[in-house]
Amino acid sequence: MKAVLALEDGTIFEGRSFTGEGEALAEVCFNTSMTGYQEILTDPSYKLQMVAMTYPLIGNYGTCPEDMESGRVHVEAFIVKEYQPYFSNWRGRASLVDFLKQYGVLGVEGIDTRRLTRKLRIYGAMKGLISTRCEDPEAMVQKAREWPGLDEIDCVPMVTCGQAYRWEGGPGQEVDLAQGDALWQKKSQFKVAAFDYGIKYNILRHLERIGAEVIVLPAKATAEEVLRLNPDGIFLSNGPGDPSLVTYGVETIKDLIGQKPIFGICLGHQLLGKALGGTTYKLKFGHRGGNQPVKDLTTGRVEITAQNHGYCVDLETLDQDAVELTHVNLNDNTLEGFRHRSLPLFCVQYHPENSPGPHDATYLFDRFAELMTRER
Amino acid sequence: MPKREDIKKILIIGSGPIIISQACEFDYSGVQACKALREEGYEIVLVNSNPATIMTDPEMAHRTYIEPITPQVVAKIIEQERPQACLPTLGGQTALNTAVALDEMGVFEKFQVELIGARPEVIKKAEDRDLFRKAMANCGLRVPRSVIITQLSEVEAAAAEIGFPIIVRPAFTLGGTGGGVSYNLDDLRAQCEAGLKASMTSQLMLEESVMGWKEYELEVMRDLNDNVVIICSIENFDAMGVHTGDSITVAPAQTLTDREYQLMRDASLAIMREIGVETGGSNVQFAINPKNGEMVVIEMNPRVSRSSALASKATGFPIAKIAAKLAVGYSLDEIPNDITQETYASFEPTIDYCVVKIPRWTFEKFPGAKDELTTSMRSVGEAMSIGRTFKEAFQKGLRSLETGRFGLGGDGKEKAEALSLEELKTALATPNSQRGFQLGQALRMGLTIQEIHDLTWIDPWFLFQMKQIIDLEEEIKGGLTPEVFRKAKEWGFSDLQLAHLTGSTPDRIRSQRLEAGIRPVYKLVDTCAAEFEAYTPYYYSTYDEEDEVRATDKRKVMILGGGPNRIGQGIEFDYCCCHASFALSEIGVESIMVNSNPETVSTDYDTSDRLYFEPLTYEDVLNIIEAEKPEGVIVQFGGQTPLNLSVPLDRVGVPILGTPPDAIDRAEDRERFQKLLHKLDLKQPPNGIAVNTAEALEIADRIGYPVVVRPSYVLGGRAMEIVYDDKDLDRYMSEAVQASPEHPVLIDKYLKNAIEIDVDAVADGRDCLIAGIMEHIEEAGVHSGDSACSLPPISLSPELIVEIKESTRALAKELGVVGLMNVQYAFQAPTLFVLEVNPRASRTVPFVSKATGTPWAKVATKAMMGLSLKEQGVKEVTPGHVSVKEAVFPFARFPGVDVLLGPEMKSTGEVMGIDADFGMAFAKSQLGAGQYLPSSGGVVLSVKDEDKPGAVDLARRLSALGFEIFATSATADALRGAGVKVTKVPKISEGRPHIVDRMINKKIDLVINTPSGKQASMDARDMRRAALRLSIPYVTTLAAARATVAAMEALCYRELKVKPIQDHHPESI
Ligand SMILES: Nc1ncnc2c1ncn2[C@@H]1O[C@H](COP(=O)(O)OP(=O)(O)O)[C@@H](O)[C@H]1O
Ligand SMILES: Nc1ncnc2c1ncn2[C@@H]1O[C@H](COP(=O)(O)OP(=O)(O)O)[C@@H](O)[C@H]1O
Ligand SMILES: [Mg+2]
Ligand SMILES: [Mg+2]
Repeated sequence: MKAVLALEDGTIFEGRSFTGEGEALAEVCFNTSMTGYQEILTDPSYKLQMVAMTYPLIGNYGTCPEDMESGRVHVEAFIVKEYQPYFSNWRGRASLVDFLKQYGVLGVEGIDTRRLTRKLRIYGAMKGLISTRCEDPEAMVQKAREWPGLDEIDCVPMVTCGQAYRWEGGPGQEVDLAQGDALWQKKSQFKVAAFDYGIKYNILRHLERIGAEVIVLPAKATAEEVLRLNPDGIFLSNGPGDPSLVTYGVETIKDLIGQKPIFGICLGHQLLGKALGGTTYKLKFGHRGGNQPVKDLTTGRVEITAQNHGYCVDLETLDQDAVELTHVNLNDNTLEGFRHRSLPLFCVQYHPENSPGPHDATYLFDRFAELMTRER
Repeated sequence: MPKREDIKKILIIGSGPIIISQACEFDYSGVQACKALREEGYEIVLVNSNPATIMTDPEMAHRTYIEPITPQVVAKIIEQERPQACLPTLGGQTALNTAVALDEMGVFEKFQVELIGARPEVIKKAEDRDLFRKAMANCGLRVPRSVIITQLSEVEAAAAEIGFPIIVRPAFTLGGTGGGVSYNLDDLRAQCEAGLKASMTSQLMLEESVMGWKEYELEVMRDLNDNVVIICSIENFDAMGVHTGDSITVAPAQTLTDREYQLMRDASLAIMREIGVETGGSNVQFAINPKNGEMVVIEMNPRVSRSSALASKATGFPIAKIAAKLAVGYSLDEIPNDITQETYASFEPTIDYCVVKIPRWTFEKFPGAKDELTTSMRSVGEAMSIGRTFKEAFQKGLRSLETGRFGLGGDGKEKAEALSLEELKTALATPNSQRGFQLGQALRMGLTIQEIHDLTWIDPWFLFQMKQIIDLEEEIKGGLTPEVFRKAKEWGFSDLQLAHLTGSTPDRIRSQRLEAGIRPVYKLVDTCAAEFEAYTPYYYSTYDEEDEVRATDKRKVMILGGGPNRIGQGIEFDYCCCHASFALSEIGVESIMVNSNPETVSTDYDTSDRLYFEPLTYEDVLNIIEAEKPEGVIVQFGGQTPLNLSVPLDRVGVPILGTPPDAIDRAEDRERFQKLLHKLDLKQPPNGIAVNTAEALEIADRIGYPVVVRPSYVLGGRAMEIVYDDKDLDRYMSEAVQASPEHPVLIDKYLKNAIEIDVDAVADGRDCLIAGIMEHIEEAGVHSGDSACSLPPISLSPELIVEIKESTRALAKELGVVGLMNVQYAFQAPTLFVLEVNPRASRTVPFVSKATGTPWAKVATKAMMGLSLKEQGVKEVTPGHVSVKEAVFPFARFPGVDVLLGPEMKSTGEVMGIDADFGMAFAKSQLGAGQYLPSSGGVVLSVKDEDKPGAVDLARRLSALGFEIFATSATADALRGAGVKVTKVPKISEGRPHIVDRMINKKIDLVINTPSGKQASMDARDMRRAALRLSIPYVTTLAAARATVAAMEALCYRELKVKPIQDHHPESI
């Protein structure tokens, strides 16, 4: 079935839907990972985005229940060069097409994804409409233009959990935050309260790995609710969209800074930056892939990281007397991580939990454990 | 960290001659290393015995030693040059093993040389099977269960412990020499015997078999700051049990989820750290159980490798260059990425296409060798192809092989190899060189993916891709609708296949296609999947939307490369292509290189202004010509491949530079060639053309036996034989070639005892310079590529040399040669015969260039571009030293094959020896080729009757050198009759202890055996095989024996001295 992608700059791509009818209006972005499409599809940070994979052959190993990064697919539409209907892997349970259909997400193949990538690289992130309805291209372009876009829509409420819950190897029982400190089962080394702005499961798996009992909080949980839990540490998760729209998050974080050790990732890092008085800006076309080199300035080591972000904290706007730059991206020298010089908090822009991506940065979870131990 | 300032001079060890499993990829890595380190201001000392390499060009290093790579010789170089460091990780296993030996000899310690790239402990830890096994256990990784043995007596107990099948693996070898799979105790014993011999340390590992598991490779780099990155992942199409060098391989890995891939990545990082590779590139191999994902580590190579060359070409990331920079102290984040210019080497390349590598084999050249692929590598070359789909890359890869196939099928060639279902099933279960096409046939015959998987263990994902291709063939037969047409091109179908499938012609398909607007586009290989702008123009074709070619309006010329290495067409031609490119750049013309061989320097993105990694077929080349519109195309440097394209390209108006295509036809067409010689009053051996046996017998009767026979339609001496009588000729005509009117057989009088002479010349249309005259050591009848030769000639009279020069000039003039030309003569006193004329670069051009200190291929290129030889100011050179070229053979890899030389070429590579006199130059060439001539001990002579008189003199001289002389009966009688003291030894069939017993008992240090012309006897054959197996030097012609004795005398009376080529040719720099 024919499918058309119209970009706001007027470019039209033609391809074929491999999932049947569908349509999506979203920001168009590309991801350069050669593996890990299922994790990408289920990463809540992709809310209101459609993703084109630069690697042309997608679907090769199917999908499997263990590789979910959240409860469902968040990507609005999935664009590939050549969909692979036949999958082969001992863990594979369902084909990608069945998986996408299960979540009602449009998959389109036959698009020159390299051309699309080059467009996005040269002109910057764009809004787009992809559809099997194939109306007049002009009209499609118009619709793409008129869509308000990520700069105006706060996506966090669309992906955060409705109710706090316990992480028990997977999403567990829902809990009532009013019970406060009593909620903890105290079988683990640390108690961590994790803000869910669109959290990936692998973060929770890593928190579990370092010996933490985790309660996952809705994005709008209040500082008071958190402090009543009396956790050993607070985690700020990744999430979709423009940090400037998540004002409630920033306000809450301001009240938590200095109270408990804080570790932030991605959107969590951006919100923390804002809470410390910094500003954020939109990158031209974002960093999305599993090969981004980041230098840990505290050790001089380079780590290859998984990234997925379109916004960035402006280094210049942070008070360098208060915070210390700890990580920098070697491709474009953008800020990738900082810590407070006196308060127990640190954060990174990228994804130490990987999934998909290299495991080089998982040590950061251990740093969080150290920080919690020290501050106890 | 900045680069090291305490080091000024660095010794780089090359990999020596091209052999199976060690080919041009080490020239590629060596060249990168030389350039990278020169650029940093270091003084480079280089040793490599292979003259056909770009790395041994005088401008690559400061001091270039074309000397044998043996520990003793390298020690002399070290003593003479006093480098502060030695970089052994870029010259393959040869360099690594040499470094270990030098370390053990204490040479590094004595001269205060630091091994950079890999310390001796690291090399040992990676290469010693036992140490490696322990290291893996330390990082919690599993390796197949195994037992190390050091002697035959331990075999049985080990077998009981592991259980069959058992994989035998020697330590410190390359390409699996001496290894294999054993299914029973007898096999195992035999294999262990061979393996213990092949291993440098007499150490063998018997290992649990994981055949059928999936095989993967990761290319890893590490710097002194402990930053580690993966450059590329490679998935083998063939399962474990087929050597990766013999496997079709695919990049990136296709059937791993991210979770599994990352575990493999973690393991590679852990291995790098545990083994302790401080800087540089390494290769780690894994096997994965397809049923449950269990992972085992197979091996790691702490050096750049064939796979790293492939990974570099597949990703655009120059591993060897970066490895060299890391070795002198830089860290990855300090080295800029040439391609993007804005990023650094500390990242992991990501690719947005699929890469397929397909090996090329030459079993047909080794009758008696089984066409079977196992754990010991057999392929002699490989082609790489790039596509946006696996199917496209796969079919492009198949036609890149230049074996007459244009894709998986549908090219009209399937019938020729059709097997019955039963045969096919057997064939599928025994991996062999025809596997790809057999899989195609199996799918066409309706075997299911599951059935084929059960027989081959090939991952169903790949089989499905092949099935899609086969299914599309059917659709194509139904008619080329625009959709099917487009899809077919996106899936790599060539116009030729489409023509066959639809009953059309390639030309018609082409115009139909262009009319339908279906044209290839060219995309960039940029290391980053377009995330950053790329500056190095490295392209591949595909059928997609956007074209990225940035055509310029500068003057530009296209060079067609030589494709995959094969016996007869290898690195020598790539050398010439690179020089064409260098020459063009010297005169300010842009160069566009087209080639499909990932091992080469020509496919380095640094070599030419633009690189197209494409198959060298008419269609693919014409497409690039249309995209680039060069002012001309150079076809005479890439060997036969581009030469074959010259006529069709010429026909459609593509300007061919240099010698006109018609001259090629005049040299190759029998009748026209005869007329040409006649006109110039030159002689040819009496000859005739036969289309059936009767005619052949008639011709043979007319010209007299023995005769040289060959099919007219094959090249490189393929299926060429010397035939001695009617019975033999009858067999040849009916069995070997099946002559027919379309496929006549050429019959020449065999010129007995003639001296063969190779001449390379360059002409500009007016003048012709003789670049070099080489006198062959072996007589005519041994293929020029297999014969040793000397420049200048050693025995030719001045008059003859004048005659040779004049004949050559006349030929060049008459053919209108502009560029290079090669003539082969046979001198049978008093007549000079012309054997053949090749109006193109020959295999000997690099050797001649090194011997004379003149870059002849560059000179030829400039001549083609209109610069006369006069303007260029080049002159003929008479060097003041003797250069000897010696060929290197792959016999050890083909058990059961006789080592005799004939008119069909068998060598894979060559070495060069340079010295003041012939004896020492020949001695060096022998050392370089791995013939370690003894200085004392026993020599056995066993020669045919006509060689007996000559043998007497040799025996005398050997006696004088203090050798004990042994001989088989008749030879012994002849020697004794002439007064030589000799011990008679029985042949194998004459009782024991026979000659081979003595060889095994280490009483024999040199074998001189010249087989009597016809059917060589089994006895003699076994003796030669034994020599090969026991690594005893052997000689099979009297001429070579003479040269060998001269060399032994030189070694006995003089010290072997080393001298860099910069000192041999001080004027040419
Ligand atoms: N235990 C094993 N079981 C089955 N096949 C094996 C085993 N070990 C090695 N092989 C096969 O043999 C090939 C060569 O082995 P390897 O250790 O890589 O030696 P080399 O040094 O020649 O590369 C591998 O590519 C693999 O296909
Ligand atoms: N008439 C002949 N007499 C003796 N040897 C010959 C004769 N013709 C060819 N040869 C031998 O066969 C070899 C290969 O023949 P050639 O015509 O050069 O084929 P190719 O195209 O493979 O180079 C030569 O190098 C030479 O040694
Ligand atoms: Mg190997
Ligand atoms: Mg020849």
